[in-house]
Amino acid sequence: MIIKQISVFVENKSGRLAQITKVLADNNVDIRALSLADTTKFGILRFIVNEPERAEKVLRDADLTVSITDVIAVSVEDQPGGLSRPLRILDEKGINVEYIYAFVGAPHDKAFVILRVDDNEKAVKELQACGIPLLCTKDITKI
Amino acid sequence: MATINYWQKEIETMKRSELEALQLERLKYIVKYCYERVPFYQKRFDSIGLKPEDIKSFQDVEKIPFTTKDDIRDNYPFGLFAVPQKQIVRMHASSGTTGKPTVVGYTRNDLDTWSDLVARLCVAAGATDEDIAQISFGYGLFTGALGLHYGLEKLGASIVPASSGNTEKQVMLLKDFGATVLVATPSYALHIGEVARDMGYTPDDLKLRLGLFGSEGCTEEMRSAVEESLGIFATDNYGMSELIGPGVSGDCEFRTGMHIAEDHFYPEIVDRNTLKPLGEGEIGELVITTLTKEGFPLLRYRTKDITKINYTPDCPCGRTGARMAKIMGRSDDMFKIKGVNVFPSQIESVLVTTPHIGPQYQLILTRTGFMDNIEVVVEVVDGSLLERYAELEKLENSIRHRLQTVLGLDCKITLKEPRSIERTAGKAKRVVDLRNKGTI
Repeated sequence: MIIKQISVFVENKSGRLAQITKVLADNNVDIRALSLADTTKFGILRFIVNEPERAEKVLRDADLTVSITDVIAVSVEDQPGGLSRPLRILDEKGINVEYIYAFVGAPHDKAFVILRVDDNEKAVKELQACGIPLLCTKDITKI
Repeated sequence: MATINYWQKEIETMKRSELEALQLERLKYIVKYCYERVPFYQKRFDSIGLKPEDIKSFQDVEKIPFTTKDDIRDNYPFGLFAVPQKQIVRMHASSGTTGKPTVVGYTRNDLDTWSDLVARLCVAAGATDEDIAQISFGYGLFTGALGLHYGLEKLGASIVPASSGNTEKQVMLLKDFGATVLVATPSYALHIGEVARDMGYTPDDLKLRLGLFGSEGCTEEMRSAVEESLGIFATDNYGMSELIGPGVSGDCEFRTGMHIAEDHFYPEIVDRNTLKPLGEGEIGELVITTLTKEGFPLLRYRTKDITKINYTPDCPCGRTGARMAKIMGRSDDMFKIKGVNVFPSQIESVLVTTPHIGPQYQLILTRTGFMDNIEVVVEVVDGSLLERYAELEKLENSIRHRLQTVLGLDCKITLKEPRSIERTAGKAKRVVDLRNKGTI
């Protein structure tokens, strides 16, 4: 239920994002979800891909600073309150969310949320106990 | 306290007044010697109407024009030799990162002097004839390896001429032969330590106790790291092929500054801009006149190395030779920002000991209005920082804070991707000065 996320250190300069995504494209790596947060000086690009280990390797070979981390992905109802429920559960159980990003996939009544929390194992257990559907790597590949 | 050993006690502990008398006598002699034997010096002296007899005191030395590395290159290969080829028994050359190397020649007497000078610094550092010394400098035209080799051999130590490279074999030899002294560059010694650990050895598995380091600058931080890594006491020594090779100066076991062999070298410190001699303790460029060299004497050679000299003969070891501080940088590299003199080496010593970033860096100097700015560009190589922005900010702040402490300057820190700082085949371009020219 834990999936791999790739993080890349990106300088704030024009065309950099295009170059990095081209590395993935050239190596046939498929991006499933993506988030880019930036400061005035640099950014951290995070994504979920179909083959994280290979993505990490090709990015590293392209001389980028890369890390691979465990995150969880939950499937929520694409309707008001959909996201609120799993977040409330995590809060009640004392699990901190470091960052979050969402994407909508098919089927269209579902939204998917990537969560980086301070305790993955515990988060998985608590969310599952409350019947929140979690995605595994295979599910992500199929989206 | 153990007894202090000397190699040539009489000279090493000579009263300063006697030492200075000896220096002056030799100085007058070498000036005349150069004038009579080397057309280059004769032409230089004649062009300004200077005669060897005009040099009567140390104050007169200022009248002698400087000799530079370019002068040596312009007279490539043997133009500055002062004896016929037949009397030259050895040649060495500097690496010469650009263009031709600088070639130096030694007579039989020069080699004798050289090995004595190296033996002096080895004994001062604590080496004895009981030691087994592994020399992990590259043998060849470079003066480091053969200089230490003959000096340690004269001292009576057992030499293991391992040369550089093949680090696993270096470790094997250290272990199997039980070397007690290691001769290397500090950075290579650090690498030997790493490889020894990889091979499963701790410092206790090796008998090493003393490091004789040279041939590259070494910050205190670096020296401590090497000492810890190999479980040794590390000393620095200084020299350059133009002057003789290693043997110009070296640390004693008290490490209060490197004792200069003043009976063979007359040192001066000059202002790097005005080239005027500076007073005792002032920081400037080291200029050396060789007092006894026969094959390749040099008058007022500009070393480009920045240091200061302490003449007070109060080192607990009893040596009276003046002591020079660790080389703070090359004068070519120094820059001035907001009125503060900065050597890239100062910044480097901070960056080298900062985790999460790579060893490459660049310093970019700019000016907005009347304000100088300095930007320190480093490469983030550790992916583990990417989990939180706060980690990257913490890294920036810690570098900024440490540079503030060392330089008293507020530097802008820029984190870049790996390999985004330009690499060059030769010397790295560390400083990019985008301020108006002529303002430094």
